[in-house]
Amino acid sequence: MSNTKIVSPKKDMIFMAILSAVVLTMPLWLQPFGAAYPDLMQKFMIFGIFAIGYNILFGLTGYLSFGHAAFLGVGSYTAVWSFKLLSMNVIPALIFGTVLSGLFALAIGFVSLRRSGIYFSILTLAFAQMSYNLAYSVLTPITNGETGLQLEQADPRVLDRMSGIEADASLPTPNLFGIEGIGYSGFYICAALMLISFFIYLRIFRSPFGLKLRAIKSNQNRMGYTGFSTRPYLMTAFVISGMYAGLAGSLLAVTDPLAGAERMQWTASGEVVLITILGGVGTLIGPLLGAGIIKYFENIFSAFNDTVLLNAFSFLPDWLAHPIASVVGLFVGEGWHLTLGLVFMLIVIFLPGGIMEGISRLSRLLFKREKTEPKSDGHENKEKEQTSAGEV
Amino acid sequence: MDAIFLQILNGLDKGGAYALIALGLTLVFGTLGVVNFAHGAIFMMGAFCAVTLEKLLTLSVKVKDESVTFFDAYKETPYLELWFGDTGTAIIDWSVPLSIILAVPVMLLIGIVMERSLIRYFYKRPHAEQILVTFGLAIVLQELVKAAFGANPIPQGAPDIVSGSAAVGAIFGLGEAVVYPWWRLIYLAFSLITIGLVFSFLHFTTYGMVVRAGMADRETVELLGINIERRFTIVFGIAAVVAGLAGVMYTPVLPPDYHLGMDFLVLSFVVVVVGGMGSLPGAVAAGFLLGILQSFSSMTEVKDIFPGIDQIIIYLVAVVILLTRPRGLLGRRGVMES
Amino acid sequence: MSETKLIGNVSRRTILKGSAATTGAALIGGTFPMHFIKNAHAQTFRGDPGSASSVKLGFNVPQTGPYADEGADELRAYQLAVKHINGEGDGGMLNTMKPLELKGNGILGKKVEFVTGDTQTKSDAARASAKRMIEKDNVAMVTGGSSSGVAIAVQGLCQEMGVIFMAGLTHSNDTTGKDKKRYGFRHFFNAYMSGQAIAPVLLDEYGNERRAYHLTADYTWGWTQEESIKAATENIGWETVNTVRTPVGAGDFSQYITPVLNSGADVLILNHYGKDMVNSLTQAVQFGLRDKQVNGKNFEIVVPLYSRLMAQGAGEAAKGILGTTNWHWSLTDAGSQAFVKSFGQEYGFPPSQAAHTCYVQTLLYANACEMAGTFAPWEVIKQLEGFEFDGAGNGPTLYRAEDHQCFKDVLVVRGKENPQSNFDLLEVVKNVPRAQVEYPADMFGGELGPYQV
Repeated sequence: MSNTKIVSPKKDMIFMAILSAVVLTMPLWLQPFGAAYPDLMQKFMIFGIFAIGYNILFGLTGYLSFGHAAFLGVGSYTAVWSFKLLSMNVIPALIFGTVLSGLFALAIGFVSLRRSGIYFSILTLAFAQMSYNLAYSVLTPITNGETGLQLEQADPRVLDRMSGIEADASLPTPNLFGIEGIGYSGFYICAALMLISFFIYLRIFRSPFGLKLRAIKSNQNRMGYTGFSTRPYLMTAFVISGMYAGLAGSLLAVTDPLAGAERMQWTASGEVVLITILGGVGTLIGPLLGAGIIKYFENIFSAFNDTVLLNAFSFLPDWLAHPIASVVGLFVGEGWHLTLGLVFMLIVIFLPGGIMEGISRLSRLLFKREKTEPKSDGHENKEKEQTSAGEV
Repeated sequence: MDAIFLQILNGLDKGGAYALIALGLTLVFGTLGVVNFAHGAIFMMGAFCAVTLEKLLTLSVKVKDESVTFFDAYKETPYLELWFGDTGTAIIDWSVPLSIILAVPVMLLIGIVMERSLIRYFYKRPHAEQILVTFGLAIVLQELVKAAFGANPIPQGAPDIVSGSAAVGAIFGLGEAVVYPWWRLIYLAFSLITIGLVFSFLHFTTYGMVVRAGMADRETVELLGINIERRFTIVFGIAAVVAGLAGVMYTPVLPPDYHLGMDFLVLSFVVVVVGGMGSLPGAVAAGFLLGILQSFSSMTEVKDIFPGIDQIIIYLVAVVILLTRPRGLLGRRGVMES
Repeated sequence: MSETKLIGNVSRRTILKGSAATTGAALIGGTFPMHFIKNAHAQTFRGDPGSASSVKLGFNVPQTGPYADEGADELRAYQLAVKHINGEGDGGMLNTMKPLELKGNGILGKKVEFVTGDTQTKSDAARASAKRMIEKDNVAMVTGGSSSGVAIAVQGLCQEMGVIFMAGLTHSNDTTGKDKKRYGFRHFFNAYMSGQAIAPVLLDEYGNERRAYHLTADYTWGWTQEESIKAATENIGWETVNTVRTPVGAGDFSQYITPVLNSGADVLILNHYGKDMVNSLTQAVQFGLRDKQVNGKNFEIVVPLYSRLMAQGAGEAAKGILGTTNWHWSLTDAGSQAFVKSFGQEYGFPPSQAAHTCYVQTLLYANACEMAGTFAPWEVIKQLEGFEFDGAGNGPTLYRAEDHQCFKDVLVVRGKENPQSNFDLLEVVKNVPRAQVEYPADMFGGELGPYQV
């Protein structure tokens, strides 16, 4: 990441404008991909926030945390408790969720950042697994265990009751002064918060603070020799990324007011690592792409069943359609994990920089052909990159 | 007293399994510098060597059950029993120990193929990428096993002669009532022997000494004109065999399913790190330590004082050890700390 | 930063133009779904097939994770049910269920189609999958599940969304107890019924002077089962020595089993399901518990919730072990026979209890729509509430209106000592009549919620 150039604020604003346009028009251009329904688009935004937050820590400092799911979980539980006790308005839920996750991150970071490398990773993993195991079993009074924390008719909702908002017969929905957290309005709430988070994240990337974090990544000892104490910087990055995770967790609760313990499991922590690496560690936009692809896989690929496949191949003669459908069937539907595994392997083997590396190789290939000969290994990956980029 | 004695045995038994998995993991890390997230999947594939052999041995003549009319229900009589009578039955009965013969070459081959075709391209890549690619590989392997064998656990019986319990209490003067299953004692003995073999191989054979020299200072060994890379490939194969055999022998305790590897993955990493990255004695010590602590923490008396302690003990120990001993129990300086 | 370089090639003007156009479009895009808004119009509802020639159902089952095989069997049953409702195949239970208004021409003349999804046995993933079915595929009903946590989570979502949920395999008392919902229906039995059904058999087989030791999976379902079984066994004079909670997915249970050996207990009750049950049972037998004599009696192991797939996973260890099950393929009533026949001919092996409950749930939903003459959920719910039927494999059955729990006969089964064939793993010890497992509707509390959301 030595190619940090000074980018003018104006260019950043243009970048933000394009990003906003792309994000806000998602309901339109995702239509052909079968992904233009509120829940999935909300997930794109939420896991986008989770991943860019994670990228502040992992991408900039190189500290590989395996415990970020714990902060996601704390954010969710806090938000649901805020709905239950205070108000169905999302503002307190988001604030409490983010702040409490930040405090939790402060505590875990204080201990874990005493170590580096794999020891740091295992410490964070240990904390997250402890949180998960306890939330699933003995902390059930707070977390409602396996079922997950849910809203109930009889919840106090003190602020709502005070301001005279009484729930009717059906369960109340989280809302932003009347704008519902579910459906398309929920997507726009998530999108707005994602864009705000992304802007802050962009500023962090460009700031002297971000530069110092990168310096830690490239050589922490040298940073120490020059008189910098790296701990406060690492701590700040850890807490910020914990708060991003908390915000993402609270948003999960806003769009769907149920907090399940498995959100904190190590596989959930692993998922955000995969998202970040898949998209491109340390790149600005990579984590967003990674989040999109993984969530798309999880929700769309897993839903292809034999009937859908046979329909898809119905243009072929019967004797051909059946074998093809059964071969493809290995990779979708109940076999979607297989495809996921293969994609990880292919991406890491051929595109260690993730999808962003693929895109930049591709653009070098397209725009700079006349200047310099493109690297030959760009060729073989071209097709793959196009399809993966197209899915986002 | 009896209870504590039995919990120690439980802990040693569990620890034996942890130590075997962690041993291979740390061997690979120490020699090749690769963090292998597919190690759990190798353990799982070892277990499925036993399943495969059992399926082969029990290839059967299917006699249709005429009382069932709506689908094909049949009673199976294995060919082995038809051809060899009681000898055949005995062979099937011994299928788990026999699988060792199958598992050694198969796992060695799997290990070497894995190393040559994939892992070797990742020696110099960052640990994060190693983790990701081997994690992807683990998913692919387990999904393939799922496609072939289904998701349900497949029971594997220990041979009849050792399926009972041994009166260990009498030996230690604790009374007749204290018994422990033969197979678990065999597993403990097996893990101790395997650990012993691996250590003797590394310490008392020239081949092993060169490998250890390579672990300590790869460049110097290469300057001496030794093809250390080939030896490391063999070491990867050995690690796969150790994990695979651990898997084979564990099948009578845990009926294997495709997800077995993932269930052990996080745990084995915690063991390795608690022991100290790259330290073989550390991995073994940590395996037994965590096994015993896990057993004690699940005693009702302990749980009454600390509710839920058995849920988190492994991680709690990991945190305490890493904070008091920065590089685990027996870790070396400068490993994985770039 | 390559992405900023890329931007340099596009003039600012085009961006402004482009973004103006797209935001405009986004606003239109945003207004499209307005007709989904709650109560926007009394007669509209989610999942309304309208004038389409087909109606979609959502089958939400575990396709990955420990219950994948059970999920696959559920999916087979759903596909069979769809076939039968559409008038294909031999009709299965359509010929035996009474009363039944299905004509074999789909539901209300609309052909039935379906979408599938993977719950991964996680409440989050299951809800995401169900939301996709509801928001994207516009399904009229969601069904499935192989765990109580998932069923309760999806049921809650379906209540909020106003889409009927027909639960698959879920055994916790909470599903139709404290977490019951107006839009959720359960055909499967529950832990309380297991306890009531198995207790008299335990009394017959093992006598009334027994000391029981419970190992319980440490989560909501495990606790409700422990509570129910404990109450039922104490009722027949048994003493409870100890109840120990085990972490889910513990794998090796030895540290929980050895204390049983010298606890003075002579019965071990395993409140485990799935892989936990397979492992704990295998290991308990390995520790010689079944060969033991305590207090002058044979030591016994009981697994209150049993299934054929798990008996298969536990192999030899399952032989002679008592438990309860919702249904078994060897039943000889007309409904079971019809179902086993069409399932067996379609797939070549017998259906599991999970497959049975899912098949029946689909037919019941379809029939309720037919009876209501509409897909409007509040009308369909009214038809299902208090619906009495027969010929679905468990004798005369009632869908109780107060808690949406089905009341029917429960089977007490035992792992078979000498199986006749590869599927012959359980033998039915007793078909416990419905009257014996009934309980007052308000026993577990909970609120159903409104008909219209």
